[in-house]
Amino acid sequence: MSKYFGARKVFKGLNFSVTEHQSLVITGKNGSGKTTLLKILSGLISPSNGEVVFNSNGDLLKREEVKRILSLVAPDLNLYEELSALENLKFLSRVQGIMFENEELKTRIEKVGLKKREDDLVSFFSSGMKQRLKYAFALMNDPKILLLDEPSSNLDKEGISYLENVIYEQKKRGILILATNHKDEIRYGDQIVDLD
Amino acid sequence: MIFKTFSGVLISLVIILVFVSPPPQTQLGEISRIFYFHVPAAWVCVLAFFVSLINSIGYLKNRAYIYDLRAVSAARLGFLFSVLALISGSFFARYTWGSFWNWDPRETSILVLLLIYGAYFALRSAVDIEERKATLSAVYSILSFATVPFLVFLVPWVFPSLHPKDSIINSQFKFQIPFPRLILFLFSLLGFSLIFIWMHRMEISIFKLIRRKEEGYFGQV
Amino acid sequence: MGTKSSTWIEQALSIFQKDIKSELRTRYALNAIVMFAVVTLAVVGFSVGQFSLSPKVSSSLFWVVIFFSSMSGLAQVFIKEEEAKTVNLLKLVASPSNIFLGKFFFNWALLLFLEIIIVPLFILLLGLNLENFWLFICVLVLGSLGLVCATTIIAAMVSKAHIKGALFAVLSFPILLPLLIVCIDGTYLSIQGKSFSEGVSDLKVLVSFSVVMLILSLLLFDLVWKE
Repeated sequence: MSKYFGARKVFKGLNFSVTEHQSLVITGKNGSGKTTLLKILSGLISPSNGEVVFNSNGDLLKREEVKRILSLVAPDLNLYEELSALENLKFLSRVQGIMFENEELKTRIEKVGLKKREDDLVSFFSSGMKQRLKYAFALMNDPKILLLDEPSSNLDKEGISYLENVIYEQKKRGILILATNHKDEIRYGDQIVDLD
Repeated sequence: MIFKTFSGVLISLVIILVFVSPPPQTQLGEISRIFYFHVPAAWVCVLAFFVSLINSIGYLKNRAYIYDLRAVSAARLGFLFSVLALISGSFFARYTWGSFWNWDPRETSILVLLLIYGAYFALRSAVDIEERKATLSAVYSILSFATVPFLVFLVPWVFPSLHPKDSIINSQFKFQIPFPRLILFLFSLLGFSLIFIWMHRMEISIFKLIRRKEEGYFGQV
Repeated sequence: MGTKSSTWIEQALSIFQKDIKSELRTRYALNAIVMFAVVTLAVVGFSVGQFSLSPKVSSSLFWVVIFFSSMSGLAQVFIKEEEAKTVNLLKLVASPSNIFLGKFFFNWALLLFLEIIIVPLFILLLGLNLENFWLFICVLVLGSLGLVCATTIIAAMVSKAHIKGALFAVLSFPILLPLLIVCIDGTYLSIQGKSFSEGVSDLKVLVSFSVVMLILSLLLFDLVWKE
């Protein structure tokens, strides 16, 4: 697989696969294309050459089916600042065609450490709280495939231990793909792809 | 090679004949010679629009950059020829009816086409990434094409011609145009079309060379 | 665990409602569009002064004001997503057609809201006399529909480009030209007090324009939205 933005080559000749209960870590310098790769994997951007294939017990999954089981947490994937935490999750689930009870959503918000803050507008959240809410959103559907871009950004010590829990849970549930700069986060990966 | 020579010779002949040939078309005088240039220019304008549109659709289907090249090149030529048509038409209007611009339906239609081309180029210059540029231009071509049928019916209805204008003269020409003049006109039409095709192909070849030099990042051109 | 429900209507509607909620809280597009219209109207009012305008001129002016006000505010629905970086979020969870429909309905609602404010002002300021009021209402509603049908996809195109504001107007005008011509004529007819049956041909054109543009937009939106 390769990706070019116009004449600018982002990466070329990339080839790898991940199976269930495995985790993959993508590393590289700033600007090496980690975020771009994650966006391609999640379907936000198309590759210039090559393709992303999702295989479920021998059946090839279509993008629409993949959408339901895939989640992404990334720095440039923000939630709506003018809505409250609860309103965000409610909208995002409704728009996927899934109905959640308010209580269910509140529990999930509490799980990421934002207890009693579900009715506050996201614009009043600190960056760490926003990051946690992104996790609440991503984990809403218990996704089989979880993509994380710079997962520990803005998180405090508590947040990071929560993150480690998420990583552990996700490996049990399905596939985890993580893009990071941090040396110590590389240990989370069973497989490593270095974009340099 | 043969193509170029043929069109070159043809057009030269046409130009000479237009000026040397028998008296002008109607009582309007010398200015009516412009008819031999004005109408073919307008025709090429429309032709270019269709070539651009078809290539736009081709790009959306095949995603091969060559389609986008053809579409832009056709649009550029279409722009050029519509300016020519507009200017020649204005001169004709000035010497026939007194003023350069009359909101005559035909002139207005060419003006609208000019606006569409202008918007098309504005769009292209506002987008950096090549694929995006090509995709959005193609979409815009299709949208503007959808609006054309509406305009074709509406513009004549909104801007009724108060004085005998192109259409009357045209119908006269169509039915009553003397044979030799009809031939000259048709040759001019053919000549203009050939020039368009020739310029179009030339521009594409130039682009291909440039791309090859830059190591065609779009793959096969 | 959530329960699966909902059709595309429900999903498109959720986007529509979210945008309404957002807009009521932030008022970016609302302010832009209303202020622009009011200011333009004031300019017109001052320049015209005591002169009474002919019906033809009034109808044209009205739609000029509507056109430019739309240009100042209707692209916001996509631009604000780009600027807040919530586009990716939307792309991830929703299907392009639903996004288009939700935004389309939002823009229509926005435009209709603007017209509710502007029409009375226009009537007052320019001393318009709408003899055939219902014809005018039909022209207004269907004209707005057509306008939004054609411009929503253009707004999406413009949201990722540079020089967004001017580009939106430049791209929309040629496409909207037939619509504006017919709306001006319909408005003119309603001022003159012509009967409804005389105005029907205009309305037919408006409906067909809206249908054609809507279908085209739905077909082409995927291409504009995906990268």
